[in-house]
Amino acid sequence: MADVLVCVKRAPDTSGEVVLTADGGSIDGRYAGYSMSSHEECAVEIAVSVAGDTGGSVTVLTLGDDDSVEQLRAALAVGADEAVRIDATADDYGPADVAAAIAEVVQARAGEGRPFDLVLVGNDAADTGDHQVGIRLAHLLDRPVVAGAQEVAVSGDRLEVRSSVSGPTEVFDVPMPAVLTVWEGGVEPRYPNISGRMKAKKARIEVLEPSGAPRGSGRLGLRVLPPPESNVEVLGEGKTAAPRLVDVLRELGVVR
Amino acid sequence: MSVLVLVEPEDLDDLGAGLSVVSQEVLTFARSLPGDEVDAVLVGAVGQPTEAVLAHCREQGVRTLHVSPDARLERYAARAWARVVDAAAEAGGAAYLIGGGTPHGNEVLAHVAAARSVPMPCNVVAVVQSEPLEVERQVVGGAVLERVALGDGAGLAVASVAGHAVAPQAAPSPGPAHVAEVDVELTDADLAAQVVRIEAREGGDTSALTGANVVVGAGRGVGGPDQFDDVEALAARLGGAVGVSRVVTSLGWRPHHEQVGQTGSRIAPDLYLACGISGAIQHWAGCSSSKTIIAINTDGEAPMVTKARYAVIGDMHEVIPAVLEELS
Repeated sequence: MADVLVCVKRAPDTSGEVVLTADGGSIDGRYAGYSMSSHEECAVEIAVSVAGDTGGSVTVLTLGDDDSVEQLRAALAVGADEAVRIDATADDYGPADVAAAIAEVVQARAGEGRPFDLVLVGNDAADTGDHQVGIRLAHLLDRPVVAGAQEVAVSGDRLEVRSSVSGPTEVFDVPMPAVLTVWEGGVEPRYPNISGRMKAKKARIEVLEPSGAPRGSGRLGLRVLPPPESNVEVLGEGKTAAPRLVDVLRELGVVR
Repeated sequence: MSVLVLVEPEDLDDLGAGLSVVSQEVLTFARSLPGDEVDAVLVGAVGQPTEAVLAHCREQGVRTLHVSPDARLERYAARAWARVVDAAAEAGGAAYLIGGGTPHGNEVLAHVAAARSVPMPCNVVAVVQSEPLEVERQVVGGAVLERVALGDGAGLAVASVAGHAVAPQAAPSPGPAHVAEVDVELTDADLAAQVVRIEAREGGDTSALTGANVVVGAGRGVGGPDQFDDVEALAARLGGAVGVSRVVTSLGWRPHHEQVGQTGSRIAPDLYLACGISGAIQHWAGCSSSKTIIAINTDGEAPMVTKARYAVIGDMHEVIPAVLEELS
C-alpha cells in the first residue's frame, strides 16, 4: 500500500500570450488562463495509478490563494482522495520556501502516524521553471529523489522509475519512501468523469496556515521580451511556392 | 576567484565525441562572470578524459579539469555526482558554479545548491549588471525574463545556463586543462537513486532530435495521426528529424520524445521547417534558437509565421508534396 502526496501549482497557461502587471513584478492574472503545469497533470496521473495499484491513497497539496482550489479540485476529480491548501501567495515563495512548506506537511503527517510513502512534484512549474523544489524537498526529508520521472511501477517497497528525458531510457530502482519529480510524456492523464467532478465539487479542502515568513524568490523584476520585428519573407502561397522554397533550401545548404 | 563549470559529454558512452555543445556554450558564458579562471568538472567518465574532451577544454581556456576516478560514478546518480562537483568547487576555490540547463545539469546543480542551502537561479541567459552581480533568467518558457541577484559574497553562487543562450566561442588564449582527480567518500544515500540500466527506446529517443541539423516540425495542422507521411518523407529527404508541438503529443498522434518545447526538447538546428504550427510560448521555448526558421501555415498572422525568416502561406499537405516533387 502506497500513500502518495502529489503537489500541484496554479500557473499561467503557456499556450497563450503573457502580460505583466504595471510594476513588472508579476504576471497579470486578468489576461491569463490558469491550469496546473503539464508535468503535474502527469504527476497526478501517476499518483492515482500507484495508489490504485497498491490500495493506497492520494493527497493533493498546493500552496496558493483561494483561486488555486481549482487545481486541487481538478486532481480530486480524477481520483485524489484528500486535498490540502497552504494559504499563501505563491509569488512570495521561492523554491526553497516551497520545499520547506511541503516538507512540513510531510513531517506533520508522519507525526500523526500516516506517513507518505511517495511524494510527487512536477519537474518544474510552467511559470517559474525552477527545476529544484523536489530535490530540495528530498534533502530536507533525507529521502532519495529521481528527477524527470516519466513511468513508475511499484514492487513491494521499491519503485522502478523510467526517464527518457536525456536520450535513451534511464531505469532507476529506488526504495520508498522517496520523492519523484515528474516529467510529461510517460503517462496519459485521465479525464474526469461526471461522478468524479461531482465528488470534487463537494470535497472538503483542508486549509493550513503557513508556519513562517518565506525568504522569497529573489525576484528583482520581470520583463516580457518585446516581439522581434518581423522580417519574414513570404515565399508565396500554396504549392506554387514550392520552387522558391527549394531555392531557399539550396541557399541554406540543406539540399544539393 | 574562479568559476567552476559542470560539463557533460556529447555522448555519455563515447567520450571521443568531446563535450556537448551546451557545455561549450556554458564554458563561454563562464567568461562573462567575474572570475579570474575557469575550471571544469566532468563526472561519470571513469579514467582519463579523452583528447577530444581535453581539446574542447583547452579551446575554452579551462585551467583545471576535475574528474573522478570512482568506478561507482560511471552510471548516473545525481546526488553522488553532485558530491564530486561540490568537492571540485571546494578544491578549486570556486566562487561560482554553473552548468547547462539540461535535465542532468539542472538536477546535479540543484543537489549541490540544496546541500549547501544556497539559491540556484535556473536557465540564466545573460549577466545584466556586474556590481552587485545580477543576471536574467528565462521564466514562463522563455517568454519572460526574470532579473535576480547571483551570489551574495557568502558561499558558492550556483546557477544553470539556458541551452543556446550564447554561442560557443574559443577563449582569447587556450587554457592548460590540467587534469585533477577528485576523491569523495560516497555514502549509500548518495547512490540510492542511481541508474541501474539503460534501455534503448524503440522508435528512437530525444537525441535524434536534439542532434539534428535540420528539423521538420509538425503541429495541429497535420490533421491526424495518419497524416505524417509527407512530413517524414521531407525530414528523410533533408537528412533531418521530425519534431512536433505539444498538442500533437498530447493528442497521442506522435511519441513524446519528438516534442519540441517547454516540456519537451530544446533544439538549435541550422534549419527548422515548422509546418502547421501556430507557435505558442510552449513551443517557441524549444525552437527559438534555430538558426533559420521557415514556416508553412495557412494563417499568415500565426506567431510562427511572423517570427520566421521565410514563410509559405498554405496547406502543408499541398506544399510539402510539391517541395518533394521539386526535389526529386
